[in-house]
Parts: sequence; C-alpha cells; structure tokens
Amino acid sequence: MTAHQVEVLVVGGGAAGMAAAAAAAREGARTLLVERDARLGGVLDQCIHPGFGLHRYREELTGPEFAHRLVGEVAACGAEVWTGCTVLEVRPDGPRVRVAGEAGLVEVRPRAVVWATGARERPFGTLLISGTRPAGIYTAGLAQRLVNVHGFLPGRRAIILGSGDIGLIMARRLHLEGVEVVAVVELRPFPGGLLRNVVQCLEDFGIPLLLRHTVAQVHGRDRLSGVTVVEVDDMGRPIPGTETLVEADTLILSVGLIPEAEGIPFVPLDQVNRGPRVDSRFRTEVPWLFVAGNALTVFDLVDAVAQVGEEAGACAARHARGELPRRRPIPLVRGDNVLHLVPTALDPEAPATLYLRVPRPLAVARVEIGPGVLVRNHRGVRPAEMVAVKLPLEAMRELARLPEVEVRVVSG
Amino acid sequence: MRVAVIGAGVVGALLARELCRYEAEVLLFEREADVGWGVTKANSGIVHAGFHDRPGTACARFCVSGNALFPEVCRELDVPFRPTGAYVVALSFRERAVLDELRAQGEENRVPGLAIVAGDEVLSREPNVNPEVAAALWAPTVGITEPWALAIAAVENACANGLELHLAEEIVGIEVARGRVRTAVTSRGRYPVDAVVNAAGLFADQVAAMAGLAELRLVPRRGEYVLLDKAAGGLVRSVLFPVPSPRSKGILVLPTVDGGVLLGPTAEDLPSAAKGAMETTAGGIAAVLAGARRLVPRVDPALAIKAFAGLRPEPPGSDFVVGETPVRGFYQAAGMRSPGLTAAPAVARWLAVEIAADLALPPKGSVNPIRRGIPRTADLAPEEWEALIARDPRYGRVVCQCNHVTEGEIVEAIRRGARTLDGIKFRTRAGFGRCQGAFCTDRILQVLARELGTRPEEIGARGPSAPLVVGRVRP
Repeated sequence: MTAHQVEVLVVGGGAAGMAAAAAAAREGARTLLVERDARLGGVLDQCIHPGFGLHRYREELTGPEFAHRLVGEVAACGAEVWTGCTVLEVRPDGPRVRVAGEAGLVEVRPRAVVWATGARERPFGTLLISGTRPAGIYTAGLAQRLVNVHGFLPGRRAIILGSGDIGLIMARRLHLEGVEVVAVVELRPFPGGLLRNVVQCLEDFGIPLLLRHTVAQVHGRDRLSGVTVVEVDDMGRPIPGTETLVEADTLILSVGLIPEAEGIPFVPLDQVNRGPRVDSRFRTEVPWLFVAGNALTVFDLVDAVAQVGEEAGACAARHARGELPRRRPIPLVRGDNVLHLVPTALDPEAPATLYLRVPRPLAVARVEIGPGVLVRNHRGVRPAEMVAVKLPLEAMRELARLPEVEVRVVSG
Repeated sequence: MRVAVIGAGVVGALLARELCRYEAEVLLFEREADVGWGVTKANSGIVHAGFHDRPGTACARFCVSGNALFPEVCRELDVPFRPTGAYVVALSFRERAVLDELRAQGEENRVPGLAIVAGDEVLSREPNVNPEVAAALWAPTVGITEPWALAIAAVENACANGLELHLAEEIVGIEVARGRVRTAVTSRGRYPVDAVVNAAGLFADQVAAMAGLAELRLVPRRGEYVLLDKAAGGLVRSVLFPVPSPRSKGILVLPTVDGGVLLGPTAEDLPSAAKGAMETTAGGIAAVLAGARRLVPRVDPALAIKAFAGLRPEPPGSDFVVGETPVRGFYQAAGMRSPGLTAAPAVARWLAVEIAADLALPPKGSVNPIRRGIPRTADLAPEEWEALIARDPRYGRVVCQCNHVTEGEIVEAIRRGARTLDGIKFRTRAGFGRCQGAFCTDRILQVLARELGTRPEEIGARGPSAPLVVGRVRP
C-alpha cells in the first residue's frame, strides 16, 4: 500500500466537498479531493431541475450547472482530484486514511480532513411496513438517478410516500414523463418539503397531497401491484377502517435523509441532527477533523452547503498550517422550538452562522440567542425551511462570556 | 445411471454435491431462476445443537450428526460459519424447570457440552440479556451460517464435479411404471431417470403426489423476522432462545455472520394453498419485537433495517420425511422443518450413500470437495486486495458503499451464474447494507446489463417477472 502525504484531504466531491477543496487549496494547502463516483458533482448531477445558485451565483441554475461551476473552481485552484476512489477507513491515529481505487490501495496521510459525504436516504426496510417485498419500491434519490442520469422509467403508475423535497420533485418529474402519479402521502399534518415545491410540483399538476396518511401495507409478489393507504391519528397511528387499496406498480419513498458519518465512528454525533457535533468552524471534537454539508444535517439549499464547505475547507487549511488552535468552544443549547441546529458550539474568535430548523410553524417569529445577546426578527418559520442567523464578531465577544448559549425561536 | 434431484435449496444442493462423488449423471432441477430462493432464503441461519428435538426422531438424529459435519462442510465450501454457542434463557423459576428437561433430552440425543448456568453467569457473558434471567441452558455446539451461501456454494462445487444444473425448470410430472420411477417430466422436457430425489421444500407434497404418494401433506408455517443494523451488532454474542413452546423454538435474538442482529421468527400455520404468502404482517412484526425485547430489553426498533418473512414446510408428526418410498427409485428429503438447515449435510450424505448402494454406483476416481468463494475484498489483507486490483482493476471500484463490494466481485458473481439483482445480493452482499441498495442498485443493474449483453429492462430483482425499470424517458 503506497502512502500519500497531503495537508488537507476532502472526502466527498459533492457541493460541500468541492467548495471545501477549492477553499483549502486557495488558502495554499496541498489538497486532495476523493470522490467515489466516476465524476465530481455528487447528488447535484441528478437534480436537473432549476432553483440552485440564487444566493451563491445570483442566477437560477440547474443542479448540473451548479456543479459545473464548482468543478471549475476546483480545477482552477490546483487541488488534486481522485474520482472513482472510495475511502474505506479513517484511522484516528495519524490520521491515516485508506483509499481504494483502480490504481490500488493508498494510505493518505493528511494533516486535516474535511468529511463531506452528504446524506443517505432512509430506506424502505427501516419503516417496517408489512406486506410482500416486490420490485418497484425505490427511494426518491434512486428513482431520480434512474430517470435523470440513466434515462429509465421505474414504472407506469406511482405513489409517493413522504413529502420531502426530492419526493415532490420526483412527483413532477415522473408526471412529465407520462408516469401516472396517484398521490403523495404524508404522515404529518404538514408537507415535509419547501412550500414552493408543493405548489410547483404538485398543485400545478393536480397531484393530490394526502396529509395525515401513510402506507400500511405493500402488495404484489414479483412486482408491486398496489399499496394499502390508511389515515393516521395525531400520534401517527393508523386509524382502523380507513384503509384504501391503491393500485400502483411503483412506490417511491421520500421519508428522510440521514447524515452519512459511518466512516468516522469515533466522533460524537448530535442526537437530533444525526451528524457529528461541530463548532462554528465546522470542527469536530477531533481537532483535525472538519465536517461540511449534509453530513452535518440536511440543508435546504445547496448554496448554504457550499458556503459551509468553503468555511470548513479554509479552516482545515489553517489547521494544517498550525494556525487554528482549538479553544474550548461555547456549547449551544436548544431552547424552545429548535430542532436541527448547526453548529452545536461556537468558536468565539470569529463570526458565525447558525442554521436551524423549527419543529412547529410560527406566523411571525423571533430568534433569540444568548439569552439576551441577540434577537433576530423573522417572518414566518416552518419546519421545512431552514433558518440561517448570522452572528457578527461583536455578538460573539458578548456570547463568549456565557457558559453556554441558548437558541430559541418564539412567536412575535 | 441418471439421478434427478428436485429443488435447489440447501438440502437439494448438498445432496447433489454428495451424489457427484459417484459415477452417475446427476441433474438438479429448480423452478426458480436461482439457487436457494425458497425456504433456504428466509430462515434463522442457525446450526442447531439438537436438544430441541424429541429423541428417536429423524430431526434429532440428523440434527446432531449434521451439526458435527457443519464446520468441515463450510470450510470445504468457503462459506461463513461461526460457532457462537447458544443460551436457552429461563426468566422465571417455572421456566427454569424446563431447562432440565431440555438438557436431558439433548443428552439422550448425544448433544455434547450442554450445561445449565446461573443467571449471573449468563449476564456476565451476555450483558444485554433480560436481568431477570434465572438460569440458562448453554449449548456450545450451536453456530450461525448463511443458508443461501451454503446452497450456492454446494451447487458450484457440484457443478465442478459434473452436476448438470437446470434452473427455471419446473417438475410437472413423474412417471412410474411397475413400481419404479422412470421419467421426470419438466416444463422443458422429458428425462429418463433411474432415481429421483424429492427435495422440493414447501412443494415436496405436490412432487410426492406426482409419483403417486398422496399421503404427504405439508403445512406452510410462516415465520416473520426483523433484521437490525450493524450498529446493534454488539447486542448479543451467542444465539439466545426463550424456553420453547410445544410448537416452536420461540422468538430468538441472534447475531448474523455479517455483524447485524436477527430477531424472530413467529410461527403461524397457513392454509396449504398459501405457499406464496411471503408477506409480513403488522401483528407479526409487533410480536417479533415484543418477543425479542422480552429476551433482550435493549433491542431498539429504530435500528431495524428490514422485516421479512419465510415459510417452512411443516410435515405431519413434525418430523422429517427422509429416505426411500414405496416407489422404487423415488427418495425424499421432505418436510425439512427446523432444524432442516442443520440436518442438511447429514441427510445429504446419508441419502447419497443409500442411493449409491441401491443403484450400485461406484465412487468417482477423482472428486474435488473444495470450492473457493468469490473474493471478498473488504475482508482481505491489503496486499491480497492489491494483488487482485493489479490483476483486474475492477476490484478497485467499490460499487456497494455499505458493505464495500467491488465491481470485480459483482462481475465474478455474474460469471458464476447470477442473472438478477437478488442473485448479486446473495452472492456478494452488495445492496444488503444499511442503505438497502439506494446507492448501488442502478450501478449493479448497469454491470449486469453490460456483462450479460442485454438491456436493463430485461433484468429483474428476481427474474423477468420482477423488472426494475420498465422503459425509457422521452428521447
């Protein structure tokens, strides 16, 4: 096994990883970006719809166009790129990172690592839905790749469980390809995806959204023949007597994304985000390990993912040069109406951005940080929409005096 | 001489392998598109010790002798086998009394090493077991394996020794004349035979009826399971049984060979027409979780990665139907309920010897009992993996990211006979990990289409009737 010394190793060539690699290389670090797929882009490659880049590039781009810009940034900055290579193991001693590719096995010895592996989809099996196990059940991301990258139709008549953004976008995509989309079924009383996607992907095409419903059973021996849809109560439990059999040959699941941190089991995870705990430099409790993008928590906008990637990449480069000593970060604690929260601690030496998600919608909201240090008024907040709050350096100085910082979102 | 084996489950596969040790033309017929897709695919994967079985039964006899053969057979065939041992956990004083009966029964069956251990000793070895454990029966010879892997390996090895494998070919008739079996009739043709072995699993009663033996009646008994992710892997080290009921061994908690935890099964008798009833039920899944948590309260349903069901053939009198029949040349290995997997190597060896004696088959001059598995790159030493990559760079392309399965392994699985997505899964574990194929399904589909020179629309999860994609997007 050959050894390869670099200053910054970035794992994952999606938006976060490309932005991180470009930023690290621009900081002057010898940077290596490793991507498992044959080309860079990550999930952006299969997101052929528009709506990307409004913040970062002030233009509306498709996913592949957004990826193309970042590929250009990576090429321009001089980072080394290995595609078709998989990180097998990150050993915390060293650190040493084992990579497999067509050229063989390599032990990469970096000074800092940016983990930017994105998220994986929650699969059908974890839902413990009863019934048979036929072909024709896909996660939304897999269906999207089949249709948009390979040009295949997964079926003729589809039902979608879960109203996450990919599910909504796939409803429209399949409809446009002539697949009959019977309904989108959502367990909760509100949609899981962005409001604009509910309107533009379902309402504009007359696709019904069944809130407070779920799929209770799947049918079909070889290929899916139908599903039993059932209404649920406030606790999400099926209400007996409300079962309807819906004929379909395809069931698409958009029931959640889980940050991918399996390869770095030695860092503690945040139980709510399900990604590693990081401070506002995106540094984990392991000083040389930074995490960016959907591997932290699932973001709404790729623009934010790239922003986080850039920050993490630049900080990793500075750590590699010995310029980013780790000070004890101030823990952030979740107060009222805060669910997902990134980062989970603050480094008081620099301004920061908080990304958070509420469990309950509010028509008019106020984000309070401190207590008593910073109040940000916000129009409405909804569970599907991530809220970003900038903390300027002055506020950080004040927060630095607190033993811990509480974040809450209240009405008014 | 020509011998036809009906059914390429673990029993038929091992029997075919044993028969290939003799000078005979051996044919193995399987109606599914691949090996091991019936009862073999969905059971607990336990190599039982033999203390559960009534003394004097075929179950008891073949379980104990099969258990003794397992390590050697798995070594020869390069199939995973882990001797984990098992505890039968008594949670009350009343249950404690049953342990003595089980031990006495096991000792009568000549099960080695049985011992009753105190509750605190169980807890020191299995810290997650219900703290109310009063005592347990320890059975050191219990182990775990992958039944489908054993069936696949046995068929590969048999083919290397001359087996003629007929997949997707269903038996439709057996012609008997003057009390002797003459011809096996399949969906594709007629085969004059000197002997036929009925190892048709759930459908063995139908095959027996074709030969005029109408008395065999099999009840499909459904068992539902829940599989937990590798994250639950440390939960148990050995197989944990509850105290059994008169009908079944109960709901177990056991490790799997690739590091997960398996819970189940239920035992629900279905009408004999329900031999395709492979669906799970809400009640069954709930019963599995409740039963498992009674043994191991820390079982976390949030770590479940899938639920599945299997059917076992429940024979009359709950005992195997093994051996010759009133129809000369027609043999059976039927009603292979639990411990059918454990018994399979012993039943196969014993039946092959019987058949060889009846037909006066001489042993073959040279037989190679060794089969090497598909290289599993994730388990190799770095130098061995690098050597593989140097020979074929496709061993450096990881396709299944959860179990680190490479394209080289997938191509090798296809070379050995995989034609479907499930065929790849069961041979390589690609798609068996925690993402359940969300990342690799399309990639495997492409490799299959490329290697088989066909279109992805022609490739199914389990064959052409279970297609994965049905057409193309607008041009």
